[in-house]
Amino acid sequence: MMQELRTGSGPFRNSLNPMDSQTRREAYEQRQRRRSIGIASASTAVVIATIVVLVPRAPRWDRVRKSFFDGDIFTDSFPRLLEAFWLDVKIFAWSVPLIFALSLAIAISRNTRSPALFPLRAAAVIYTDVFRGIPVILTIFLVGFGVPGLFESRAWSNPLIWGSAALILSYSAYVSEEIRAGIEGVHESQRAAARSLGMTSAQTMISVVLPQALRRIVPPMMNSLVSLQKDVALVSLIGPVEILRQAGLDKSKFANFTPYVAAAVIFLMVTIPCTRLADYLLNRERRRTGATAVS
Amino acid sequence: MRSTKLIAVAAAATLVLAACGSDDAPSGAPTSEAAEAETPADTESQTTEAASDACSNTIEDGVLTIATGNPAFFPWVIDDAPESGQGFEAAVALAVGTQMGYSGDAVTWVRTDFDAAIQPGAKDFDFNLQQFTITDERKATVDFSVPYYTANQAIVALNGSSAEGATSIADLKDVKFGAQAGTTSFAFITDVIQPTQDVFAYDDNVGAKAALEANQIDAAVFDLPTALYVSGVEIDGSSVVGQFPAATGGTTDEFGLLLEKDSPLTPCVNAAVQALTDSGELAAITNEWLSEFTGAPVISE
Amino acid sequence: MTTPKLSMRAVRKSFGTNTVLDGIDLDVAPGEVITLIGASGSGKSTLLRCSNLLEPIDDGAILFDGDDIAEPGLDADPIRRRIGMVFQSFNLFPHMSVTKNVAIGPRKVLGVDKATANATAVELLARLGLTDRADAYPDQLSGGQQQRVAIARSLAMGPEVMLLDEITSALDPELVGEVLDVVRDLKADGMTMLFATHEMAFAREISDRVCFLHKGRILEQGPPEQIFGDPQEQRTREFLQRVIDSGRL
Repeated sequence: MMQELRTGSGPFRNSLNPMDSQTRREAYEQRQRRRSIGIASASTAVVIATIVVLVPRAPRWDRVRKSFFDGDIFTDSFPRLLEAFWLDVKIFAWSVPLIFALSLAIAISRNTRSPALFPLRAAAVIYTDVFRGIPVILTIFLVGFGVPGLFESRAWSNPLIWGSAALILSYSAYVSEEIRAGIEGVHESQRAAARSLGMTSAQTMISVVLPQALRRIVPPMMNSLVSLQKDVALVSLIGPVEILRQAGLDKSKFANFTPYVAAAVIFLMVTIPCTRLADYLLNRERRRTGATAVS
Repeated sequence: MRSTKLIAVAAAATLVLAACGSDDAPSGAPTSEAAEAETPADTESQTTEAASDACSNTIEDGVLTIATGNPAFFPWVIDDAPESGQGFEAAVALAVGTQMGYSGDAVTWVRTDFDAAIQPGAKDFDFNLQQFTITDERKATVDFSVPYYTANQAIVALNGSSAEGATSIADLKDVKFGAQAGTTSFAFITDVIQPTQDVFAYDDNVGAKAALEANQIDAAVFDLPTALYVSGVEIDGSSVVGQFPAATGGTTDEFGLLLEKDSPLTPCVNAAVQALTDSGELAAITNEWLSEFTGAPVISE
Repeated sequence: MTTPKLSMRAVRKSFGTNTVLDGIDLDVAPGEVITLIGASGSGKSTLLRCSNLLEPIDDGAILFDGDDIAEPGLDADPIRRRIGMVFQSFNLFPHMSVTKNVAIGPRKVLGVDKATANATAVELLARLGLTDRADAYPDQLSGGQQQRVAIARSLAMGPEVMLLDEITSALDPELVGEVLDVVRDLKADGMTMLFATHEMAFAREISDRVCFLHKGRILEQGPPEQIFGDPQEQRTREFLQRVIDSGRL
C-alpha cells in the first residue's frame, strides 16, 4: 500500500495516464466542491422560491406593493431623484479631501512627542472627544444654523458650506483615530532606522511612517467613506434639497413610499461597488502580508 | 460545508413560518368593519339616534380623541395646551366635539407629526387639526371635513431683504425662498412663484425660521396667521411682505379636519362643522382668535 | 595619542528601576574595530543605541571627536548623520525599493539630488553584490540580502563610525557568511566600528579589541587573543565556556 501511495498507482489514483493524474487530495476536494455547489444552488433556489411564492400570498401584500413598489411612481420619481443625488455627490466630493486633510493634521498632532507642543496635543484630544461624542445630526443643526447667524453676507451663510463643515468636523474625528491607529501600527524600529540615518522627526513621519500607516488603513477608511456617502443626506435638514429630501417631497406629493425605495436603489448603486472595493483592498492587503489561510 | 446547508434550510424554514404567521393579523378587522357597515343603512330611517350612533364610532368608546401638532403654535393653540380651548384651532376642535356630543372629560388630546398624519393607514386619533390644507392628492389617502377656515399664503422676510416692497409675483423671482417641506406653502413657491434660485426645504416651520435668522434665505412662506405671528413676535426685524389672495395662482388654502380614510365619523364631523358654520359660532371663534391676523399687503400676479 | 573617535565616560542608563548601563568607560580610536560580547541583557544593545543618541543617557558623557554629544537638549540629527547603525532585524523601509532605501538618506538628510543619490546607491549595491536586486522590494529579498542592503543604506551617508547591533543574529546560518564578508571589507577600508555579536569566531578574527560586558559594566577588555585565549575574570571564563559548550566557538 505504501508503494501505491508513493507512486500514485492503485486505488489512490484516478487515472492510469500519468499526465492527467490527480493527487488523492485534489480528487477529494473536487468531489467536495461539486457537492457544495450543488447544495448551495439547491438551497438558494428553495429560498428564492419560498420568497417568490409565499410573500405575495401574505394577506396585505397588495397594499404594501402599491405603497412601496408602485412602478409608475418609481419611473416618475427616478430622474428627479437622480438629479437631486447629484448634490449629494458634490457634497461628498468636496468633503472627502478636507476630511482627509483635517484628520491627518489631528492624527499627527496627537502623535507629537515634544513637550512644547502639548497645547496642540490637548486640542486634538478635546476635538476628537467632542466630535465623536455628539451625533452628526446635532452637529449639523448646531453648526449649520448656529454659525451662519454670525455672518452678514449671504455667500458665507450658505448651508452647503456649514452643513459640509459639520460633516467634515464630525467625520475627521473618526478618521483621525483611524489614521492614528495606522501610525501607531508602524513598528518603532522603523522610526529607529530613520532617525539613525539622521532624518528629522518630520522627515521620518512623512517619508517613512505615514506611507506605511496609510497603506494599512485604507480598508477601514473605505468603511468611513461608505458611511459618509449616506450621512451626506443629513444636510437636507438645513435646507438644501438633496435626494433624501426630494424623496420626501415626492412621498408627500404622491402619498406613497415608492420614492424612498427609488432613493434606496440609487444609494445602493453607489455604496455597493464601494463596499466591494473596500473588500478587495482588504483582501489584497491580507495577501500581501503573506499569511497562508488555515482551513 | 455542512453548516452552509443547515443555515440555508433554517432560513427557508423561517421564511415559511413567517409567511404562515402573518395570516393571523387581518382576521380581527372584518368583524368590526362589518359592524360599522351596518350603521350608514340605519341613518336614513332614524335621525338623531342614528346620528349619535355614527358619532359614537370613535376609536375609544365614549371618548373623542383629537390630535394636533407637537408643539402646537400660536395663534392656533395658546401655550401648547389645546385642552384649555385657548387658541383658534383648540376652540374649533372643542366646539366640534361638543356638537358631536363629547365635552369635558370625554375629550382627550394626542400629538402627531404633520407628515405622519397625511400618510395612508390607520390612525390613533378620531380627527386631527394642524392647519391641514384640503388638497386632492391628500384626499386620496385621508378624509377631510368641510373647511373650517380659509387662509392665504404670506411671505415673511427680514427687513432690507430683496423681497421687501414686492407687489407682484414677478418682483419675487430672484428671491431665495424656504418653507416647510410637503406643505402647500412649499408647493406655492415651486409651482406659482417659480423662483430662479433653488428653494430650501425644512422638516418644520422652526427650520424655516432658523434659516431666515441665519440669513440663509431671503424669505419664508407660511399661512397668513402664522406669518403674522412669526414676524410680529418671533423674529425681530422681520415683516410680512405680503399675502397672496385666492386669485393668485388659485391656491386658496382651506383648512379641514383630517380623518382616517373612509372613517365612519366623517359624516358626523361634517355635520358638526356645518352646524357651527350655519349658526355663526365658527365666525365668532374666528373673530375672537384671528381678527388681528388678517392685515398684510396683497401681492398680485 | 590621537583623540579617540568615540569616547564614553561613566555612562549610566536605566529603564525604570532596571539599571542597564552601570558606568561604562570606553575609548574607540579611529579605524579601530571593537567587539562587544556578553550575555543577553548585559547592555550591549543599549550601549550601541546610546552611542548614536537613539536613547538618551542618564549620566556621564559621550564624546564624539572630543565633543560631548550627550549633553541634554543637544540636537541629535547632525550627529546621527555621521554615525551609522545597522540593526539585528534590518529595519528596511518596506514601501521603498532597495535602491530607494539606500538613496533616501542622502536625498532627505544630505540634500543630494535624486540622480546623484541613485548613482551612489547603485555603486554601493554593486560593491555589496546586490546589483540584480536593485529594483526589488525588501520582502522579496532573503535575510542576508536585506542585511547587506541595510549596511549599504548606512554607508550611503558616509558615516565616520558604524554601530553594528548583532547584525547576524536573525539570519539563517548559511546567510551569515555573506554579511560577515561585508564587515571584513569595511574593516579593510578602515571603518571605525563598534560591533555587538555572538559570532565569536568572527570576533576573534577581525577585532582589534574585545570588551566583555556583564551587568552593565565592561568587566574585561583586551585584544582577542587575550580575551578568548586567556581571560582574566572568572565571569568571562564562565561565559566563554557556555559559548564553547553550545558549539559556537
